[in-house]
Amino acid sequence: MSARPALNPGNDAAGARENAPRTRRGRGGRRPWALIAAVAVVFAFLYAPILWLALVSFNDSRTVSRFTGFSTRWYAELVVDERVRSALGLTLRLALSSAAVCTVVGTLAAFGLRRVFRGRGLWTVLLSLPLVVPEVVMGVSLLAFCVKLAGIPLGFGALLAAHVAFSLSFVVVVVRSRLAGMDLRLEEAAADLGAGPLTAFRTVTLPLVAPAVVAGAAFAFLLSFDDLVISSYLTGVGSTTLPVFIYGQASKRGVSPEIVALSTLMVAVSAALLLVGVAAVSWRARRAGRRAELALPN
Amino acid sequence: MARRRAPRWLSANLLLLPTGLWLALFLLVPLALVVQYSFATRDTGPLRVVLPWTAQAYRTALDPAFLPIFGRTLAYAALTTAACLLLGFPLAWFIARHGGRHRNALLAAVLVPFWASYLARIYAWKALLDGDGLVNRLLGLVGLGRDGGFLLTDGAVVLGLTYGFLPFMVLPLYVACERFDHRLVEASYDLGHGRVSTFFRVVLPGVRPGVLAGSLLVLVPAAGDFVTPRLLGGVDQSTFGSVIDDQFRGGNNWPLGSAMAVLLMALVVVVLVVRGRRGEDVL
Repeated sequence: MSARPALNPGNDAAGARENAPRTRRGRGGRRPWALIAAVAVVFAFLYAPILWLALVSFNDSRTVSRFTGFSTRWYAELVVDERVRSALGLTLRLALSSAAVCTVVGTLAAFGLRRVFRGRGLWTVLLSLPLVVPEVVMGVSLLAFCVKLAGIPLGFGALLAAHVAFSLSFVVVVVRSRLAGMDLRLEEAAADLGAGPLTAFRTVTLPLVAPAVVAGAAFAFLLSFDDLVISSYLTGVGSTTLPVFIYGQASKRGVSPEIVALSTLMVAVSAALLLVGVAAVSWRARRAGRRAELALPN
Repeated sequence: MARRRAPRWLSANLLLLPTGLWLALFLLVPLALVVQYSFATRDTGPLRVVLPWTAQAYRTALDPAFLPIFGRTLAYAALTTAACLLLGFPLAWFIARHGGRHRNALLAAVLVPFWASYLARIYAWKALLDGDGLVNRLLGLVGLGRDGGFLLTDGAVVLGLTYGFLPFMVLPLYVACERFDHRLVEASYDLGHGRVSTFFRVVLPGVRPGVLAGSLLVLVPAAGDFVTPRLLGGVDQSTFGSVIDDQFRGGNNWPLGSAMAVLLMALVVVVLVVRGRRGEDVL
């Protein structure tokens, strides 16, 4: 079936990629319909609940199971709900503060991990901890820490400490992967051309990592904005975050249209931010890469 | 002019210092505190623990009374991992092999629901699986409806967990599928193997690192989750995570909750050591 030798270890990855279009149609020259059907089902599974949320949030009826007509009344009720407004305010302030701290501290750490040095492995282990400690364990340990050991009052301060702790690693991962793909010669060239370390950093390094820093900030914001489990242990009286508020309402009273509308809004905010993050990485990276190629043709 | 520069290890550690301080203070110390509490006993009065360094909490945690909850948690986690594999593999394979220049867009499409508020998504399932929810009414049309809907069942919990953690499986699987040399499949066909035999003997061993990484990334959070069992399940669906949560939130029994948290962490450590031995970096 194949004219080429079936197994040729000498072929490089580009050869394998070149091969891809030919194999796309499968063995008998047919499209892989079964595979396409399976993928369609999985995508439907992923998106159906979200589309349903959006649809129901515009439903006129109070029962979420029957669609009686289009209405924006549930959104209107959210706007005037004092509890929602204060929870939203706290959530936004918290997410912005956490993203700011994570971006600065995490970017420094990513630069620290750039070159090989003794003890780098240990730092890597420490930074991977927040990614693998189960949320419930992190939540209860921070509750015990704040209440019993440190005497930190529950509320904004405790929440900020926790949110930075679990978001930091993500910023480091994102910025570090961008730094790893960066050409060290660009900075060396800047130094050779007489730029001091600060000038080289400001004019060469920073513009190149900026997309990753923006993406890292967006992810840190999202992680904080969406966090429920850890936050639920650390909210104080009168300082509830939006997810904790929704969770409380959902477990107390079941499904209500106001909560559906609120959830839809949160999905919209998250999706918008994700797109900003992805766009920042791919667009700026492409542009910066093109500029770098122009400046340094090998 | 040669500039005097700080030694590399010093500048690196200085850059990492703020991160180290933050994680030490708000991650390591709290975790150490939980380990300490797990050897304490409950005192009268709210939020009180005394420290006689006893293993009492562990004896309670490992009491046969909690055994069904252990078993259920592990069963949920295992079933969730299996379901994520079944759903995630076709997706990852399709994007890697047939995605072409739309690969990144397709991957982003997998990730968008993941980043869209976990709680909102579980909430949507809660409504969909309800007695007069959409799922029950649609299934009712073909005679598969169920009185009272599908909430409060094991199936609902596994469905919710699968939905929540599917992207964790797709990403590492995608990386493995992309690296997999497709010519091996053709070689297998040329050598007379059929589709099934090729899948099990060539493809699956080839993407094994991705399968392992994805399974662990799903298994760990699925074992610790308590929101999904709470919202989609009932009293009979309580898990390890929800027991830990009960002990702390009610101020009920912090030493017992701590001991269970330590046991859950032990599971994570075992999983990481197994994975580390295979030479994969966590970060």
